[in-house]
Amino acid sequence: MKLLIKGGTLMDPATGRVNEEDLLINDGKITKTGVNLSDDSAEVLDAAGKLVTPGLIDMHVHLREPGFEAKETILSGALAAARGGFTSVACMPNTNPVADCGAIISYIRGKAREAGKVNIYPIGAITSGSKGVELAEMGDMQKAGAAGFSDDGQPVMSAGLMRRAMQYADMLNMTIISHCEDKSLAGGGAMHEGYMSTVLGLPGIPASAEEVVVARDILLAEETGCRVHIAHVSTAGSVRLVREARARGVQVTAEATPHHFSLTDEAVTGYNTNTKVNPPLRTDIDVAAVRQGLADGTISVIATDHAPHTIEEKDVEYGLAPFGIVGLETAVGLVWTELVATGILTPLEAVAKLTSNPASILGIAKGTLEIGADADITIIDPMATWTVDPEQFASKGRNTPFAGRVLQGLPYATILSGRIVMREGALL
Amino acid sequence: MGLSGKDLVGLQHLAAKEIKLILDNAIPMKGIIQRQIKKVPTLRGRAMVTVFYEASTRTRASFDLAAKYLSADTIGITAATSSVSKGESLRDTARTIAAMGADVVVLRHPMAGAAELLARTVGASVINAGDGAHEHPTQALLDLFTVNEKKGRINGLKVAIIGDILHSRVARSDIWGFSRMGAEVRLAGPATLMPPGVEQMGARVYEKIEDALDGADVVYILRIQRERQQQGLFPGLREYSQLFGINAERLRLAAPDVLVMHPGPINRGVEIAPEVADSLQAVITEQVTNGVAVRMAILYLLVGGGSQHEITY
Amino acid sequence: MIKEKAQILDQEGIRRSLTRIAHEIIERNKGTGNLALIGIRRRGVPLAERLAAKIKEIEGRSVPVGILDITLYRDDLTTLAHQPLVRSTEISFPVSGKKIVLVDDVIYTGRTIRAALDAIIDLGRPKVIQLATLIDRGHRELPIRADYIGKNVPTSRKESILVLLQEIDQKDSVLIYEPAGKTDKPTGDAILGQLIK
Repeated sequence: MKLLIKGGTLMDPATGRVNEEDLLINDGKITKTGVNLSDDSAEVLDAAGKLVTPGLIDMHVHLREPGFEAKETILSGALAAARGGFTSVACMPNTNPVADCGAIISYIRGKAREAGKVNIYPIGAITSGSKGVELAEMGDMQKAGAAGFSDDGQPVMSAGLMRRAMQYADMLNMTIISHCEDKSLAGGGAMHEGYMSTVLGLPGIPASAEEVVVARDILLAEETGCRVHIAHVSTAGSVRLVREARARGVQVTAEATPHHFSLTDEAVTGYNTNTKVNPPLRTDIDVAAVRQGLADGTISVIATDHAPHTIEEKDVEYGLAPFGIVGLETAVGLVWTELVATGILTPLEAVAKLTSNPASILGIAKGTLEIGADADITIIDPMATWTVDPEQFASKGRNTPFAGRVLQGLPYATILSGRIVMREGALL
Repeated sequence: MGLSGKDLVGLQHLAAKEIKLILDNAIPMKGIIQRQIKKVPTLRGRAMVTVFYEASTRTRASFDLAAKYLSADTIGITAATSSVSKGESLRDTARTIAAMGADVVVLRHPMAGAAELLARTVGASVINAGDGAHEHPTQALLDLFTVNEKKGRINGLKVAIIGDILHSRVARSDIWGFSRMGAEVRLAGPATLMPPGVEQMGARVYEKIEDALDGADVVYILRIQRERQQQGLFPGLREYSQLFGINAERLRLAAPDVLVMHPGPINRGVEIAPEVADSLQAVITEQVTNGVAVRMAILYLLVGGGSQHEITY
Repeated sequence: MIKEKAQILDQEGIRRSLTRIAHEIIERNKGTGNLALIGIRRRGVPLAERLAAKIKEIEGRSVPVGILDITLYRDDLTTLAHQPLVRSTEISFPVSGKKIVLVDDVIYTGRTIRAALDAIIDLGRPKVIQLATLIDRGHRELPIRADYIGKNVPTSRKESILVLLQEIDQKDSVLIYEPAGKTDKPTGDAILGQLIK
């Protein structure tokens, strides 16, 4: 089975190559690139005027299965990923039961194979049940296929436990993904602590709730030598801490979500619960710092923190609504509209943060268009404009604050192992 | 003539001329309360539902009387606080209210934004009787009415609000209301109970309570709750009383004809010394009377007319 | 838009009518004992004050004058496009046992007087309530009549009567006119703006 992608601009951040070439896929692998390729036995996909990139990777999603299938399933999440141009996603372990042992990692991978459409890399829990008391069986989970460890959503509050987790993960040569939040500072907060929380009368989450733990985990990473990835950086202070640490040579990486580089806490006006997210939407100063961090390379990854919830769960008082925003199907549009069209990132830099950079952090052989690589490919139409309509999402979650927004940049086709799984929005 | 919106959710977005309209209409309403026959037929055939997710006999009684003086029918729903945590409760309540055909719903709820959520869901007029730490617009309006009645103006007055601003919906509504009507709003209280960015709302924060009180025309004292001590927000009621309690000595810093106000119920000897609470400057009980008049005016303006909300000429 | 207008009473006419009514009130009530006047907002108020002044001129004794706002008693609130502002009722004397003369500028359907009667009765139990109006234009919808009338003016329902008084309108005059458009009944103040040059 052959597929020939013709007329597009190949963009390979792994090598830095950007050129107008065709690309031939045979048997699930990239076999040839070059000008004016032809192969009579191949299906031809016209990519004229479009970007041909490695399949996009979202290293931070919540697929909710097992346990919360009303919010999302592995299948619906996989479809949402394909729709959004993603060929690989790493799913967080805060399911029920928590993915804290090899058996659950295996279960998720089995479900993922059944679903097809997307490669799924489960992230294992750092502590048993993500309770922050005892280390989870990291070695067992690594054998079962876990791609990293995180207690996302339930931050490890004990510095001592986190230090030992890093020592242990480093022994396994694995990455710790840290959700940085000091619960005693965050309190029962519902949004960023500042003028807007004062006006709205909602309990606030100060920037320090995140920054204290970013600083702690950087120090622990420096001490233990473990690779640490800071999830969903949202404050100017966090960006500065990561920048300084990287300059010192600490093995720390960081990601930012589209909502944190697109929206401020002003969006909470009117108590739209689809703006309730953890970490919360911050101020314009923080958004500018996150954008600067993306531009200067401090933040090397864009991840969505796709967190679907049911309409019933979100259609309540702001303080009672669960945290989370769905992101898989709006990511490309937001990256292009907010970062590329504005000149903050070049198209190649943006693609690197969605492909090769997360691939290297997760240690997976993805994120390149080199000959012989897996034929996971995303074709992006950078000029297409479209309107976000949550009703059209493949995800079960409709909880986006971007409903009605007009965006530029749309995934045109998603190709997984040489097979077209999405084309012009249609899932195949 | 009338209010621009269907609901009264807060003072943040209420124009000065709308505030003035409510205060003007409350004057004749107060006249009705002082009559022998405290009843006018204006809202005959209209129904008001009070939905309280927090206990508040005073506010509820005030709304009830206001509606009854205007001949509206009233019914109260007390939602168990336990049902709030289930989250479904407000949405279901909204459906019930819509089905019952109430003309006006008065909502008291522990979560900020609850009134706005309800207002979006039901066709009836929603009056916010306090939502979390967000707003308590009818309290602020009765405060404005009381000050205007006593001082003949609001513009140019120095209004010092003292205490737990962070958790106070009354403080927020009063900051919006007094600053919009031209008063100079000053705030003082423990730093841990001062919300960030509050100066952007149009008030000035004073580190020393003495500076806030200096020459004040109105001293507005907020209730301090013991549970804030348990949350580690201040060391204790004894120290609070020493640092921020309003006693006769502190009150002397204010203007000689200062008005002492409090949203009630008061903690004697904690945020307010007994001699201050019982002084001639204290207008705390008049605030209660005026509350009924102001709520009558609000009810009249929201549901007393016809379809004025649909007609736009 | 006003099609046509004609003056029914001028300043002198109004003065003569009020003088006659003042005499009738005194005569009917056998003096001023226990008498009180209550003007209905808005234009009943200056009329009541003028009548009180006339009565004082004639009898040498003051009669108390009160002001009644009937907004809260109107039966047409739900049909009005513009919600009226509630104003104060200012009656500083007890109405119980008094001989009350209600004063208004025009009696038409009788509904304003009905509201005024309810409003007064909520204040107490007068011995008697009488009604004085400057103009009676007919078309009653309720069994109500005036005891003292300045001038009877047969009108059609299409026509409107406008009473202008010095205290409010800077001139004394009573006009009859026919609004051109039937659809929206303009407010009194809007018409005034067109009539007073």
